[in-house]
Amino acid sequence: MTTQTPVLHLVTCGSVDDGKSTLIGRLLAETDSVPIDQLEYARQTRRGGSTVPVGEIDYSLLTDGLEAEREQGITIDVAYRHMNLPNGRRVLIADSPGHEQYTRNMAVAASNGDVAVLLVDAARGVRPQTHRHLTVCALMGVETILVAVNKMDLVGYSHETFEQIMGEVRTTAARLGIDEISGIPVSAVAGDNITQASTNMPWFHGETLLGTLGIWEPAKKPEDERFRFPVQFINRAEGNFRGYAGTVVSGSIRPGDEVTVADSGRTAKIDRLVTADGDLDIAVRGQAITITLDHEVDVTRGDILAAGASLQPADRFAVDMVWLNEEPLAHGRSYLLISGSRSVPATVTNVRHRLDVVTGTEHAARVLEMNDVGRVEIATDRPIPMDAYNDCRDTGGFLLVDRVNADTVAAGLSRHAMRRAFNVVPHVYDVDHVARAALMGHPAKVIWLTGLPGSGKSTIADSAVRKLHALGVHTYVLDGDNVRTGLNKDLGFTPEDRAENVRRVAEVSKLMRDSGVVVFVALVSPYRTDRETAAALFGKNEFLEVYVNTPVEVCAERDPKGLYAKAAAGNLPNMTGVGQGYEAPNNPDLILAGTGDLDQSVDTLVAAILEN
Amino acid sequence: MTTTVPYSAVLDELEAEAIHIYRETAAAFKNPVLLYSIGKDSSVLLHLAIKAFYPAPLPFPVMHIDTSWKFREMIEFRDKRAKDLSLDLRIAQNKSAMAEGVTPFTHGTHEYTRIMKTVALREGIDQYGFDAAIGGARRDEERSRAKERIFSLREPGHRWEPRKQRPEFWRTANTQLAPGQSMRVFPLSNWTELDVWRYIERENIEIPSLYFAKERPVVERDGALIMVDDERFPLNEGEVPIMKSVRFRTLGCYPLSGAVESTADNLADLIIEMESSKISERAGRLIDGEGGGSMEAKKAEGYF
Repeated sequence: MTTQTPVLHLVTCGSVDDGKSTLIGRLLAETDSVPIDQLEYARQTRRGGSTVPVGEIDYSLLTDGLEAEREQGITIDVAYRHMNLPNGRRVLIADSPGHEQYTRNMAVAASNGDVAVLLVDAARGVRPQTHRHLTVCALMGVETILVAVNKMDLVGYSHETFEQIMGEVRTTAARLGIDEISGIPVSAVAGDNITQASTNMPWFHGETLLGTLGIWEPAKKPEDERFRFPVQFINRAEGNFRGYAGTVVSGSIRPGDEVTVADSGRTAKIDRLVTADGDLDIAVRGQAITITLDHEVDVTRGDILAAGASLQPADRFAVDMVWLNEEPLAHGRSYLLISGSRSVPATVTNVRHRLDVVTGTEHAARVLEMNDVGRVEIATDRPIPMDAYNDCRDTGGFLLVDRVNADTVAAGLSRHAMRRAFNVVPHVYDVDHVARAALMGHPAKVIWLTGLPGSGKSTIADSAVRKLHALGVHTYVLDGDNVRTGLNKDLGFTPEDRAENVRRVAEVSKLMRDSGVVVFVALVSPYRTDRETAAALFGKNEFLEVYVNTPVEVCAERDPKGLYAKAAAGNLPNMTGVGQGYEAPNNPDLILAGTGDLDQSVDTLVAAILEN
Repeated sequence: MTTTVPYSAVLDELEAEAIHIYRETAAAFKNPVLLYSIGKDSSVLLHLAIKAFYPAPLPFPVMHIDTSWKFREMIEFRDKRAKDLSLDLRIAQNKSAMAEGVTPFTHGTHEYTRIMKTVALREGIDQYGFDAAIGGARRDEERSRAKERIFSLREPGHRWEPRKQRPEFWRTANTQLAPGQSMRVFPLSNWTELDVWRYIERENIEIPSLYFAKERPVVERDGALIMVDDERFPLNEGEVPIMKSVRFRTLGCYPLSGAVESTADNLADLIIEMESSKISERAGRLIDGEGGGSMEAKKAEGYF
């Protein structure tokens, strides 16, 4: 019979001295997964501390990686290798280091793991790291744990020692809620129960390590799961083709099935499941496909197509978090949350506790530091659908990214959406901005003009609007100063007030865009983060960031509102370009030179707006 | 209970993973490029890219780093593929080094590779403003590659900084870039050399005939068989190339590509030969032979 699982993701964990490198090296060598020149290297090369005679294979050398590590004699990162089992199954091994301080690396390796091989040194017994590794495997959702009790040759192949270790391990596993756990007594050096059944331990009746990996199957079949499809890429091909490309990360789907866009609650039926090899009758977990729907609904990159109403958006979540960065977690700081193909600004609103990964005790904590694991609450800038991590890793796991240096600072595992987010349930209207755009005869978008005071934003907006108006395009301009005389007259010019100013203008522009209008925003909006927050309200092509680039000297010279003169006299301490900085966009959709020819700039802008 | 896995099922999963990586790259970066080096891995890479965006055309250009010392057949093959598939082909060359007369014979393999490949690649990426470069590197190629990420971050100046590499969880990629950073993307990370061949066979992918055995004029250099592909090859006094039935396991600059003696002139025979010999493919490449960690040193400089 054939199997459900052609490729098995294996994570290996154990501490430096448990003999893990030797175990992996032997698995690779005995499954013919190592080129012979590398085997030769492992016969001839010796490094400090090796007791293997030259000419025999030092298996630990087969898994060596970077030069720096070879010198230090420890593994400092995650390495990925493969082996082929005799039945044709591919095993992808994520080898996680056992060094005490690298919980983060182990979490990375375990994040994709179906099965973990956890090494325990029979001579030294269960140690703190063993509990740590079990905890991280449970946290990251590794389904099955194989405890390889290694170096059995050093304890006289004692059944009693094996049972004692397994007893301790099972106690911890039970506390962590791990159901699938079994033990195998092995000797990586001598080869017992790795690929060959050992003759030294007649008391053991189980499969070898390799044999166990060959027959493993996941407990959950795709038919037991709910359909989840995060949209990665909108495929627009010739002839009005509009497809949603992505990978089925949970469950299965057929043409004719009804799906819900989890973000908006809108529903549609599957028309086709497109692949380059022809349309499919069914697509299951793991398949990369392109979906077309039976009628047009608003779907953008990052949205999730889901079965029925099984997934709803929320903006507050209780999550477990593994902190990965040297810089500790900062309360209230805006990070970028990446879930599947979606990114949205988010803040940590509360740290509930830090978990001692050895003892399982929860400690009160204010922050999380590198390698800490803890339960925290997060708030996202807009509601997003996230599953509970244990239901689906791809739609329940997320990354937190530093918005300045772009480092991945944490991995998050959604535990549950908090009630508060459900108290406001948006009503979905059938006539949406797509329908309105069709009636208007042009797409609705937001054109966000940013630049120094006096750079020419309002002038450009004014001129572009006149031109579009003449072409029959419905427009409106939200001008920074005009908005401040009404809606935002309670706001000043501190960074906090500027952020709120931008937020309100962005929300208003979204309402107007939904009404089918091309909205111009002419606003200094000096902070990159604020503009990104505004952009995040919209899909790709619905929001154009336009940087009006005019040197500050030219702006000061023009000074249409007399602001630079006031600032120079010391009467405007928060003036952008003088007292406060202006953060130019890194990657604007369009740059217009404020000193250039106005007509030409406007033509460029209008062309960009009408292009779809 | 015994279970068997058809090879094709493994390939299906590897293909799906590569397609996922492609789509993420195309959607998340402003200006990605596919680095096309004409060989078998590039051929697979290109085939997967076309599948990933079907029915739309390839949404990004393709760039070849041309050292001017590639096999003649490679260049013909490249231009034909570009035409047949309507590719937006860019060619990057270190023209100033070419004018200065840098050749594999004058500069030693490491220095030659740095100048003609690494520098040309960096210049090409900078010239077109590419923020992500997709390549065909695989983790099974060389020991230090085992730690390479699928989305491999490059610091300003294209430097590969081991400690800055981002942890990769699930299928979720952090594709954000700080100013000056760029990304190298490796959709074939989890493929093996045999997977590549099996996939070429299954999908009927065109590859240069240099991979198949044929009588070719070769000379021996440092224990390797080098094909004399044009008149620029400096023969020793009185030396005449001998005709041998050889094929190439990897394709690069002809003076640096060691041939293997073989009679496998078709894909089926080639795969049989592959499965019985178990020497890692880079063993035939002269550029990696200089010290255990030479690939790693080159990567730190910005080599692929």
